[in-house]
Amino acid sequence: MPDSPKRRDFLGLTALWGVLIAMGTALAGVMRLPKPAVQPGPLRVFKLGDPAQFPVGSTTRIETGGFFLFHVEQGFHAISSVCTHLGCVVAHTEGEGFACPCHGSRFSTDGSVVGGPAPAALPWLEIVLSPDGQLQVNAESTVAKGTRFKV
Amino acid sequence: MTPDTKTPIREFLENLKQAPRHIRESALRNGKMPETDRERSQSTFHNLFLHLQSVRTDRRSLRFGYTFGLGLILTASFVVLTITGILLMVYYKPGVELAYNSVKDIHFVVPAGRFIRNIHRWSAHLMVLAAFLHMARVFYTGSYKRPREFNWLIGLALLVFTLGLSFTGYLLPWDQLAYWAITIGANIASSPREVTDAIGITAWFDPGTFQKQLLLGANYVGQESLIRFYVLHVAVLPLLISAFMGLHFWRVRKDGGLSRDESKPPPPARIGDRDVEVFAPTKTYGLMAVVRGRTPEVGRAPEGSVSSWPNLLWAEMAAFMFTIALTLVLSYFFDAPLKEMANPAIPENPAKAPWYFLGLQELVSYSAFMGGVGIPSIVLIGLGLIPYLDRDPRGVGIWFGGPAGRRTFWQSLVYGLTSVLGLLALTVNFGWLRTWFPTIPQIAIIILNPATVIVAMYSAWSLWVLRRTGSIRMSAIALFTCFLAGFVVLTAMGSIFRGPNWHFYWWPSQWPTH
Repeated sequence: MPDSPKRRDFLGLTALWGVLIAMGTALAGVMRLPKPAVQPGPLRVFKLGDPAQFPVGSTTRIETGGFFLFHVEQGFHAISSVCTHLGCVVAHTEGEGFACPCHGSRFSTDGSVVGGPAPAALPWLEIVLSPDGQLQVNAESTVAKGTRFKV
Repeated sequence: MTPDTKTPIREFLENLKQAPRHIRESALRNGKMPETDRERSQSTFHNLFLHLQSVRTDRRSLRFGYTFGLGLILTASFVVLTITGILLMVYYKPGVELAYNSVKDIHFVVPAGRFIRNIHRWSAHLMVLAAFLHMARVFYTGSYKRPREFNWLIGLALLVFTLGLSFTGYLLPWDQLAYWAITIGANIASSPREVTDAIGITAWFDPGTFQKQLLLGANYVGQESLIRFYVLHVAVLPLLISAFMGLHFWRVRKDGGLSRDESKPPPPARIGDRDVEVFAPTKTYGLMAVVRGRTPEVGRAPEGSVSSWPNLLWAEMAAFMFTIALTLVLSYFFDAPLKEMANPAIPENPAKAPWYFLGLQELVSYSAFMGGVGIPSIVLIGLGLIPYLDRDPRGVGIWFGGPAGRRTFWQSLVYGLTSVLGLLALTVNFGWLRTWFPTIPQIAIIILNPATVIVAMYSAWSLWVLRRTGSIRMSAIALFTCFLAGFVVLTAMGSIFRGPNWHFYWWPSQWPTH
């Protein structure tokens, strides 16, 4: 065939592509380096104590957990206090909702966005009763808005 | 054995005796202190300074009103930052438990520690400011044009590294500013999630979380994040910036020195204090003949030049001394801030970055993705494309390229200022889409927010200038000026007029107590 590649060109190209593929594979391996198999970080499950500590109508800010615990007549619910915009901690005003100090996002009492740049509502967090009878909030696990926990 | 043959021990003693003289002679490349005129000129030409710089410098490059010495000030502040940074590294401890107190120790306990930290901080601010001004100078004098296009790109990379060094630097004290700046920065890195969430593909394609984990080394801000930013600040970015600075200087020289107006005849060359006539060399350069492409000054007389030693040396020393004097004075009177220790439970209200990021902070208060990722990327790409879109070789080395450009500059400045001020007034007084339509989907706000509107208005103006004048250079001046005006106004907005909860206040004295 007249337009078939020359033997020397073929071998040269094969060697070149071999080097490129090897380097690409090595690079892919190197890219794993900054991402360890286990992401270090604190435990994000919080035991809050006896449910009776939180009377109906109370709002408790759990600073270490980054959420608010509410006890209303329908039960307990926890709303994250980490702004969905850029991660600042929102402040809560009873009856008004939440406001973020960094960029002015505002959320209603159920966490939905009512103003500012926040792209999403404040998530509701999962509440369970731990085996030793304490209220336990998993800040990594969200539940649908309106999900309340009855003891 | 002839009488003048030395015994080895005698020779050894003789060499030992002569060692100080030989060391002195070998340190000077010409062997001894110059005694004749020829030796004096040789010692002048064979030194490191003239290895790094060309032997003759164009007189127009030394004009203060052309460069304002900004590139030199940048270099000088980088040198000052390197030296003070190494001194600070001796006492700084990059751990979340230790960092804050070690910075306090530097401030209160280490001899002159406060002064060194102040110098580091002030020269960092000076470097950022000089970088912006240097870019504006290079732009407005058309110095990015052929053959200097690529050096403009290297300069842009240097600007990004400078901002990266500043950002990673103010995280290290691990005070409230540091902690919340890392949090906000990492969330800006993860803000592509805003878009992937809005179109519902985050589960399959999530560059935001990847970037956030890459920066933080974890899902939460902690020790891993601090050590990553420390490594970036003291090793990765300084090495990168040094390498790129070397490349930048090398290209400045290889691209024919500083840009100048080639359409006018150059001023006469000067030797000593006399103007002289010079002629292009007539002999051929053996080695140059095999070098393809442009080589500087081949076949050209050194018209309009003065000897670099000492004229350029004086200019460089003056810029260095100005930089050092300015940072010393500022450091003596104004301390670098240190806030309370990092408290993950509660951010400051308002939580503000240093001044050069407050324009961006104002933009992210409209949309995290657009303000933090989208528009900065658009601006960087746009800046990078300028020398490849505006290829008109006229007007290089002239401020604004002449009277028409000057007019475009002033018109664009007025347009840029009024449009951004008008838009801010509208947003502050009447809110934005979400205030009017509370249920509007997020994607609409990402696409249409004050930040994107101002970019669209500026682009429209630039296109209109292009149509009216038919000159890409004019349209580039229009766009650059508009963005400069926008940057200044947004920075002032974020620095001065934003208070608690990022609300608008005329004066900090009006801020509510909390």
